[in-house]
Amino acid sequence: MADSDRTSLLSVYRTAALIKAADEKLRGLLTSGELAVAYYSPRGQEVLAAATSAHLDAQDYLVTTYRGIHDQIAKGAPLDLLFAEIFGRVTGTCKGKGGPMHVTHPSTGVMVTTGIVGSGLPIAVGLATSSSIRGDGRVTVVCFGDGASNIGAFHEALNLAAVWKLPVVFVCQNNLYAESTRYADGTSAARIADRAVGYGIPGERVDGNDAAATLDVVGRAVARARAGEGPTLVEAVTYRFMGHYFGDPGAYMDADEYAAALARDPVPALRARLIADGVADEATLADIEAEATAKVEAAAAFAADSPLPGVAELTSDVYREAVYHEEVPA
Amino acid sequence: MSAASARKITFQQAYNEALDEAMAADDSVFVLGEDVGDKEGGGTFKVTSGLSTKYGTSRVRTTPISEQAIIGTAVGAAVAGMRPVAEIMLMNFITLGLDQLVNHAAKLRYMSGGQTGVPLTVRTATGAGGGFGGQHSDMLEAWLAHVPGLKVVVPSSPADAKGLLLSSIFDDDPCVVIEHTQMYWSKGPAPEPGVRIPLGRAHIARPGRDISVIAYGRPVGEVLALADRLAGDGIEVEVVDLRTISPLDERTVLESVARTRRAVIVHEAVGQFGVGAEISARIGEELHGDLASPVVRVTSANTPVPFSPALESRYLYQIPDVESAIRKACQ
Ligand SMILES: Cc1ncc(C[n+]2csc(CCOP(=O)(O)OP(=O)(O)O)c2C)c(N)n1
Ligand SMILES: [Mg+2]
Repeated sequence: MADSDRTSLLSVYRTAALIKAADEKLRGLLTSGELAVAYYSPRGQEVLAAATSAHLDAQDYLVTTYRGIHDQIAKGAPLDLLFAEIFGRVTGTCKGKGGPMHVTHPSTGVMVTTGIVGSGLPIAVGLATSSSIRGDGRVTVVCFGDGASNIGAFHEALNLAAVWKLPVVFVCQNNLYAESTRYADGTSAARIADRAVGYGIPGERVDGNDAAATLDVVGRAVARARAGEGPTLVEAVTYRFMGHYFGDPGAYMDADEYAAALARDPVPALRARLIADGVADEATLADIEAEATAKVEAAAAFAADSPLPGVAELTSDVYREAVYHEEVPA
Repeated sequence: MSAASARKITFQQAYNEALDEAMAADDSVFVLGEDVGDKEGGGTFKVTSGLSTKYGTSRVRTTPISEQAIIGTAVGAAVAGMRPVAEIMLMNFITLGLDQLVNHAAKLRYMSGGQTGVPLTVRTATGAGGGFGGQHSDMLEAWLAHVPGLKVVVPSSPADAKGLLLSSIFDDDPCVVIEHTQMYWSKGPAPEPGVRIPLGRAHIARPGRDISVIAYGRPVGEVLALADRLAGDGIEVEVVDLRTISPLDERTVLESVARTRRAVIVHEAVGQFGVGAEISARIGEELHGDLASPVVRVTSANTPVPFSPALESRYLYQIPDVESAIRKACQ
């Protein structure tokens, strides 16, 4: 293994450990009742998010969904601000006005998070169009689920991105379920990657729980985009361990399938591989995990101690300039 | 009168000149839509004619027939700081892109806590009278005006068309400019180059002391002609042209009606749950005790736009109904 590969894998683990710790903290707070928000856990999808963003700079653009905290953390959005946003605090990424489904943090390239299935794809096409016109060298990555590949926006976006040869990578995080509908009951194609054929662009399927393979596949897609060779559809196959939403009883999930997936949980799998391949020792990994926990605890404390937005925030930011008849009541 | 203001232009020229001036002034302005390039004829109504030749196909981008992707692309590019102008050929087709307008363009400034504005413009054409039937003629401005965060503009003259489109393009929020298919070739005085007309401000197109007629778009010209005639009978009509539907210039409307104590609202869209209902409600809430007569709406019929000319002409708002409403209110 080349030194650069070893460093990349270790940094994927660092990011994945942070995502996992953040998710566990949030679920703990939801369980204890300290937090009461709609939450869509990314547990099980940490490694593919970390491997995807490993290829991006801060100025590259990311678009993601309601199940997006893994992507946002991987892209570099500050954990304190993410937690504060989820807590609805004025110190959050969006002053508490977006919430977990609508996180934006432009300085780290987190441009849009949407709660509408599939709608991120045309927006990503627009971000990439701006890069194409300006020649600014940025790459746009848009993450979405398997279910989103059945909505019209997916197809319009892939076609348009292909026609215009845009610097965009479509990353489908195929966790085998769309809400409680199993993949095959809602998706006609055996492989989502095959849908790329209809648009004349490369479609690559990868085991999204395999850090090295995902690094490789996304790396090639980002390089193509950066070189002006156009879009790629990446299908990263994964699994979600916590169901669709926090509190989902998950009765629709097959127990054997679940157990098999859990046995291949990507975060411990990457950890074991790092040790087996001699990339890192137990102490190094324990340090990384302790650091993740400390960051998460600090973020949760920051959020809990932060003020709520004042009532003036209700009416600001509807338009750039306040409209005179909508002035904030005194 | 200067030579420039003696010049007359059509609405089509007005929109074209606004796009041309905006693209010349600012590299971040670009155009996208179906058939907008010169290779494809410069747009269904020729509004983008000549622009791709002048500015290139990177800034004048012909798209596939993908309304969600057209508006979504405009949203994404606007979030990145560009000023996209998307053409949606006909307003009924905007329904296919409403998710991007309603859930994204209108809300990303707010939901991001003010970090990302969406300075896009959607231009779209519609209106009854051309025999296009139910799916190519609807005025849907009320659908959009119901959404906080969007700006909705309906010009009534070529000069306003140019000035309002320029303001929309350079506005930092998402604007939808509704053009009228039956007015593209009518003419009016040309404005001086670069003149922008502020959004969110209504225009007193004709002052009058007896009654306020509040209108926008196509009916404005017809109401002005009616006001001239009624002046002969001693009825002085004040014509308020909204120009921008949302944000509504409530102050100008209420000040006018406070003076005249009578109001008729005229629009081409169907009446039910429409812009007229909103204005009537606001007048009622603020001026109820001061009114000398009930507020009346004259709108198109609450039906789909019919095909047969015999029906389509009856579907449309009727200027004689405006006249009788005015006369009755002023009795
Ligand atoms: C347009 C739209 N339809 C329905 C929903 C409700 N909904 C939210 S998530 C979801 C499932 C999406 O599944 P998938 O794309 O596979 O993403 P995942 O949740 O598995 O990450 C649905 C139907 C929605 N948010 N948007
Ligand atoms: Mg899914």
